Amino acid sequence: MSERAAKITPADSEEEADDQITDSAAPDAATEVDEDADTTSAPTPVTTGAESVVRALENAGVEYAFGVQGGAIMPVYDALYDSDITHVTMAHEQGASHAADAYGIVSGEPGVCLATSGPGATNLVTGIADADMDSDPMVALTGQVPTEFVGNDAFQETDTTGVTTPVTKDNTFSSDPDRVGSDVSEAFALAREGRPGPTLVDLPKDVTKAETDREPDAPKTPDTYHVQERADSEIVADAAERIENADRPVMLLGGGVIKGEASEACREFAIEHEIPVITTMPGIGSFPEDHELSMEMAGMHGTGYANMAITHCDTMLAIGTRFDDRLTGGIETFAPDAEVIHVDIDPAEISKNIHADYPLVGDAETVVGQLSEAVETSPAAKKWRVQCQQWKSDYSMAYDAPEDRPVQPEFVVEALDEATADDTIVTTGVGQHQMWACQYWTYTEPRTWVSSHGLGTMGYGLPAAIGARLAADDDQDVVCIDGDGSFLMTLQGLSVAVRENLDITVAVLNNEYIGMVRQWQDAFFEGRHSASNYNWMPEFDKLAEAFGAAGFRIDEYDDVADTIEEALDYDGPSVIDVHIDPQANVYPMVPSGGDNGQFALEDDHL
Amino acid sequence: MITYEFRKSKLSRLHTNHEVVRVKRGLDGPAPEERPTPDGRRNKQGIRIDPEVEAKHEPRRTVISALVTHEPGVLSDVSGLFSRRQFNIESLTVGPTEDDERARITVVVEEPDPGIDQIKKQLRKLVPVISVRELEPDAMRRELALVKVTADEPAQVNAVADMYDATTVDSSPETATFEITGSRQKIEAAIETFGQFGVREISRTGTTALARGTEDTAAPVSATESAADGANQDGTYTQTADDD
Repeated sequence: MSERAAKITPADSEEEADDQITDSAAPDAATEVDEDADTTSAPTPVTTGAESVVRALENAGVEYAFGVQGGAIMPVYDALYDSDITHVTMAHEQGASHAADAYGIVSGEPGVCLATSGPGATNLVTGIADADMDSDPMVALTGQVPTEFVGNDAFQETDTTGVTTPVTKDNTFSSDPDRVGSDVSEAFALAREGRPGPTLVDLPKDVTKAETDREPDAPKTPDTYHVQERADSEIVADAAERIENADRPVMLLGGGVIKGEASEACREFAIEHEIPVITTMPGIGSFPEDHELSMEMAGMHGTGYANMAITHCDTMLAIGTRFDDRLTGGIETFAPDAEVIHVDIDPAEISKNIHADYPLVGDAETVVGQLSEAVETSPAAKKWRVQCQQWKSDYSMAYDAPEDRPVQPEFVVEALDEATADDTIVTTGVGQHQMWACQYWTYTEPRTWVSSHGLGTMGYGLPAAIGARLAADDDQDVVCIDGDGSFLMTLQGLSVAVRENLDITVAVLNNEYIGMVRQWQDAFFEGRHSASNYNWMPEFDKLAEAFGAAGFRIDEYDDVADTIEEALDYDGPSVIDVHIDPQANVYPMVPSGGDNGQFALEDDHL
Repeated sequence: MITYEFRKSKLSRLHTNHEVVRVKRGLDGPAPEERPTPDGRRNKQGIRIDPEVEAKHEPRRTVISALVTHEPGVLSDVSGLFSRRQFNIESLTVGPTEDDERARITVVVEEPDPGIDQIKKQLRKLVPVISVRELEPDAMRRELALVKVTADEPAQVNAVADMYDATTVDSSPETATFEITGSRQKIEAAIETFGQFGVREISRTGTTALARGTEDTAAPVSATESAADGANQDGTYTQTADDD
């Protein structure tokens, strides 16, 4: 990053400012600032709305912000100039929102993105919607035209709060310079409390430019916002009894387990009571996939054994999952014999898609703790566990890799996994490559799987890798497994990775198709490849070099291990253009709305 | 201390010198038609059912009252929620309350029980919403309608107005406009009866409602109560409420 200008306190206003902090600023807020600040000197008092906004970010402990400059947000950027917050200038606002989203996934703290009004704000929307679907903590700050022009179709005006209402946890049009910093603080609190999600504060230019000496309030959710931590103890007792008496128990761990920091508690619970564990896609990493109790991921492209187990279980302890249709397949045939114990912090998820026989509203870690105390004897389910192991061998994820065919994608994913440490973070785009990355990488740690689950946003992978890189520990590797179509959507982000010298490795599984669409066309549209066949793709290795990144290419099995090693060793962004078998398909597969237990193993089964 | 038991890594089949194990992609295991299938089924609402005697949830009309903070954008938050989640609403009214900082939104919805349940939970999730309640069938519900009728036969028109306790708001040589308040059914009956003279225009407010007696319609509740209320729904539902 470029050197930041030293903090400047205008000499003529210093004395006045000191008075203001004692006179009018809330004493709580002042104390909060002192505790959080790394520097020993007292922070400069705020003088404008924009400074109050930046102070709110600093108070919340923000280290990085991702964004793109523009007219209406300029006052905020001007205030950022004097801040210790590192701003990463992205090539496109969509990338800023994805980077902030990934930062939130990896760090657990809200990622921050900024954009100007109009197109800046609308470009953020995809990433905001993505965070909303996946309940990722994020704060988006958008510039807005001055209040007096709002509603007049002014230059670069968009009704940003109107546009983003359906895709945010909450949003605010900030109209008061004295409140603007507190609005941002509140957005922070809302983004991370309870079920996380994206919040947005729309900042009219006159409000951020206006003079104010009001320090932002400490981050606090509004009084109308309630989060229940502990589940009803009577239902916990009933659920515990059900678990004790289960013949065929499974645990289904969703993304809420990771967000609720409940992975360790769930691991202990599963291992103590020897309950097979299935994860949803966002739940990947909540349970080590190399453990014998792991059935890995269930759903449309889940493992055969996970889908058999989920279909035949009689008791399901589902934690932090919203029973998405890609997981359940057809509702009628989803775990039809199972009594469902549903743990979720959001009451609205209880019985939304799948009826909860034991609704446990509360924080995942707390409720799993309550269940641990309540369950006295482990279920007698040896036979069931043997059955699960049998399914694991019956439906192993082995694949064919004939030497006379192009490189198989599964082989590349496994080779990348083998070449990297267990704590390596994987980001992906959306499509076939994403499914191979789910299926063939062995995840063992939470917050190492970073993907676009609910919204399914192609192009998520590279900007997410940028956000993940900055949130990750320095010795953690970040690998982006991308598809050619996905990579093409946001590859301008390479300019950011090069400029900021971010050590990420992008492996593009290139089949010159929108592969998942091609697979569906083959299965359900009589092989008519309408608009799914690119026929031609740029040479991604050369393109990477043009950006200033290291470029590599893999065409044969012989190249795989060495090239991956070289790309991982490169200190900076590298791109491997992997020319995989263009006919490779993702299996197993449950057709949309189908019966999970009837997953197809090959085209003929569809 | 937990000891993990690791199964043999699936990476064991990945050898250098590309001596790859030759197994076809996912050809293992019995094909779909050879696999056992469970006997049970769920209905569209995700509730386990006996396939023989599936109970269907028919839509019913009910009144939901929400107390909200009186701030810009709340009405659009609420109406947006109904449209994007495809909830069927019949009417939605909003107005100030005894507290300047709070407004009350009254929604009449027509949904099956699980849908009504979702509406309540989703409304509670909106940050500006303070509390939400479905009103009992005996709650007080009233609607106001302005009905402009052709007044060629003033005496007869007035007779009908008297029958429904309608108040004359405006009259001209050709028209008479009445204000009618009451239950939905009463207003509909009045409109139907006025129909014989020719109804020129109608404007209706939609239902507004309050709980009876000392009971709160939608009062602020503690966190525990509101979440538990949302969660403890056990698949059994109240009978369809009679409207007024």
